[in-house]
Amino acid sequence: MSELRFTEDHEWLRAEADGSVTVGITAFAQNALGDVVFVQLPELQAYDKGAEASTVESVKAASGVYMPLDGDVLEVNPALEDSPELVNEDPMGAGWFFRFKPADADAVAKLLDQDAYDRLIKANAEA
Amino acid sequence: MSTETLLKTPLHALHLELGARMVPFAGYDMPVQYPLGVMKEHLHTRDQAGLFDVSHMGQIRLTGANAAKALETLVPVDIIDLPVGMQRYAMFTNEQGGILDDLMVANLGNDELFLVVNAACKDQDLAHLRQHIGELCQIEPLFEERALLALQGPAAVKVLARLAPEVIKMTFMQFAPLRLLGVECYVSRSGYTGEDGFEISVPAASAESLARSLLAETEVEAIGLGARDSLRLEAGLCLYGHDMNTETTPIEASLLWAISKVRRADGARAGGFPGADRIFTQQQTGVSRKRVGLLPQERTPVREGAEIVDEHDTVIGTVCSGGFGPSLGGPLAMGYLDMAFTALDSEVSALVRGKKVPLRVSKMPFVPQRYYRG
Repeated sequence: MSELRFTEDHEWLRAEADGSVTVGITAFAQNALGDVVFVQLPELQAYDKGAEASTVESVKAASGVYMPLDGDVLEVNPALEDSPELVNEDPMGAGWFFRFKPADADAVAKLLDQDAYDRLIKANAEA
Repeated sequence: MSTETLLKTPLHALHLELGARMVPFAGYDMPVQYPLGVMKEHLHTRDQAGLFDVSHMGQIRLTGANAAKALETLVPVDIIDLPVGMQRYAMFTNEQGGILDDLMVANLGNDELFLVVNAACKDQDLAHLRQHIGELCQIEPLFEERALLALQGPAAVKVLARLAPEVIKMTFMQFAPLRLLGVECYVSRSGYTGEDGFEISVPAASAESLARSLLAETEVEAIGLGARDSLRLEAGLCLYGHDMNTETTPIEASLLWAISKVRRADGARAGGFPGADRIFTQQQTGVSRKRVGLLPQERTPVREGAEIVDEHDTVIGTVCSGGFGPSLGGPLAMGYLDMAFTALDSEVSALVRGKKVPLRVSKMPFVPQRYYRG
């Protein structure tokens, strides 16, 4: 498994061997959201960076999941349709959201690494 | 708003100790959930028993020979003939028949009435009472003095009976002064979850020890405002400020059942409350919209504020409360709909993020109420 990258919106990204990138939300994000009851997954199409590609609904509220980079969505996680709770139970694994092909293959490496993301979480906790 | 400016209930320190996630609610720093999480807290309440801190709500005592008669001038409810030891649901109306707040009224006997009003409305309710009936009875806010706990769920009676065996004999909406752990409390067999259960008014200084001893019982978990909301929504119960407000009358809010027969147009003490004319006219000639239950036909939760449209995309209503029902196992909502669409099983749609989510007009409650009626 390759090294993970993160966004300030609490998504994780993992570069796959075929050049695609898998996206999910972090353990921190799922904990903050609470019990996930529904995930509206993206369409298989191109999205601009920052577009609200997906929506995650917890018992409390709806939250947007944003496209981390420009790219084409290739696949969504079909398991979330019937088992949205996977986002809580295994956010970094079985609870993945979608896989996309980034327009710029080098852009992924420029996102936050684990250390930078951990610092962000720590700063949030102290704010 | 920073947390420093928020009010705290007498159980605030206990919530923090229990690991609650705190949120601002009606000016108070309140637990929205504990580590168990909303879903499990909800299911636990329906399965066993949940303890809720509802001390933010306003408790008010009215005293005097004319207290019941005076209160009747502000609510469309029979207070004069409310038996001693009973509680009744009521609402304050305004001159247009709109709802200023909803409340519970209990008759303590000895010319004393005990009111529980919503947290966000309590100061305004107190001013309303003082302005209109302040000369007719004594009005005593107990906002700081008393805490309010709710113990809800099928095991609530068994748990509370360990402290006061008398509660076994109480039935839904009965109200009694009882000693719990040596402290004088007011206990009513009622709640806001659709389950059997109790609400317990306890002096603020004794609230934490009572809460701790109830939480020490194996059946009881602490439950936050998140599950309180999903429980009441499944039970079809209104949340003031969302499912009704000053712009909705009891008729529009589908609360005609709460207007006592004796206070209706053909009753022995007809009218005599603010907005009676408009409410009676609406009852007779009908309203243009009313509150109904709505079941989304997909898994998408439909939330408050979502527009409701017909097959031609004409807006015909708005969702007033919506979310996910853990016991129902799916999304559920309430909304105000044009009368033409309010028949049971009517099919309409809500607009959610630009997409139409099909809804079916449904009966309420969404899950069966399980009150103990003896």
